[in-house]
Amino acid sequence: MARRERVAATGSPVDLVERSQVMDADDLRRAVVRIAHEVLERNHGLEGVVIVGLQTGGAPLARRLAAALAEIEGVEVPTGTLDVAFYRDDIRLRPVVPEAATDIPFEVTDRIVVLVDDVLFTGRTVRAALDALTDHGRPRAVQLAVMVDRGHRELPIRPDYVGKNLPTGRHQMVDVGAEGVDLGTVAPGPGPGPGGGGG
Amino acid sequence: MSIGPHLLSVADLGPEGIAEVLEVTDSFVEVSAREIPKVPALRGRTVATVFFEDSTRTRLSFETAARRLSADVANLSVGTSSVAKGESVRDTVQTIDAMGVDALVVRHRSAGVPHQVSAWVSAAVVNAGDGAHEHPTQALLDCYTLRARRGSLKGARILVVGDVAHSRVARSNVWAFDALGAEVCLVAPPTLLPPSLQGWPVRVSHDLDAELGDADVVYLLRLQRERQVGALLPSVREYTRGFGLTRDRARRLGPDALVLHPGPMNRGVEIAAEVAEGPASVITEQVANGVAVRMAVLFLLLGAAG
Repeated sequence: MARRERVAATGSPVDLVERSQVMDADDLRRAVVRIAHEVLERNHGLEGVVIVGLQTGGAPLARRLAAALAEIEGVEVPTGTLDVAFYRDDIRLRPVVPEAATDIPFEVTDRIVVLVDDVLFTGRTVRAALDALTDHGRPRAVQLAVMVDRGHRELPIRPDYVGKNLPTGRHQMVDVGAEGVDLGTVAPGPGPGPGGGGG
Repeated sequence: MSIGPHLLSVADLGPEGIAEVLEVTDSFVEVSAREIPKVPALRGRTVATVFFEDSTRTRLSFETAARRLSADVANLSVGTSSVAKGESVRDTVQTIDAMGVDALVVRHRSAGVPHQVSAWVSAAVVNAGDGAHEHPTQALLDCYTLRARRGSLKGARILVVGDVAHSRVARSNVWAFDALGAEVCLVAPPTLLPPSLQGWPVRVSHDLDAELGDADVVYLLRLQRERQVGALLPSVREYTRGFGLTRDRARRLGPDALVLHPGPMNRGVEIAAEVAEGPASVITEQVANGVAVRMAVLFLLLGAAG
């Protein structure tokens, strides 16, 4: 999956068969704007709010969310990225490769951290992210924003902001890109197995 | 995965493997810069440093790297161990392996020992220096340091100066620099060059002064005084006069030229004290990056292997 994410991050599409688009670029833009409004409403503004995108799928969404907030409120929200590779609980079960170095150039202690990821699946990536975040400080609160909640949680984790609830099969794959969200099945052949699209 | 199951030589690693290690090292530089420079990635794993030849700094660097990954660390030194009582290398490493360690970091004064050890144990083996053969993590940390400073090594003119013949650092670095597209020139008196340089991707010069002006990087090798003086060199002073990076020579370097040394330095011999502390020197960055590079190597061998 790490490889797949690296490929996805460089812009080449994931090799999916029976691919169908479930959100187009406009849907995606509207969802980001709606989530921005929800973040503002829930936190009564942006006082103390920072945004942290999970590498790699959450990073571009975090930037888009920050841009939407800047447009609505005229405030630049501190935005960083977090790589959770070293905190995963499946390090011994499958190849885990860090995607890109964590970059959080601000304090998280006593801030409200909005974690952003593309797909929420088992919840294990978010669990790892909570551990990773703890190593950077003690946030006042952590909130979770995801573009797609595809179900199949294995841990007691739920999102605060959701772009789209999307029922999926365990072996399907969700691909969130700049042009929209696709659902499909991973093409057979060499490369990573099924079950990707967020953890 | 292009790296693993062992790290025995830069030559085995190849350009892709080198690129992979350098890319992953970025993440560990970030970890090392944190207030608490530690991640749980290798919790429950054990890394043993087995040094049949002493080297405080390399051992410390590996052990620091392992601890920052939350691995447990065991170490064995020749002076205090059963090796001093005549135990063979094979028995020593198989005993440690049987205790269930996940990685053995091996240094030995003979070339090829880590390679041999990798056939005897189930743990991942990391070569921490074998005779005059290779010292791969040194080359990786040097490449990382240069890449961090210059962005790329492509087309960089690198002088490797000094005792190439006895240097495992020179061997590993020449392969690594070449793999990343640098142009390497060995600068040394004929007595300190290997008898044959066939297959080495290098140019050779015996005149440091003639090469300095064009150099982007000057990589100084340690002169092993106890070994060379008398047999291979008339005197240490003679060596410094011809091949030492003195203050006067350092002034003739370009404004962006970098000076590296793998340590430990003989100040006043291969490098003047003022040059080692001067603006061109990245010697302390090499040491800091060494820990991050070794974290990357241990993580890729133990964590990313699945």
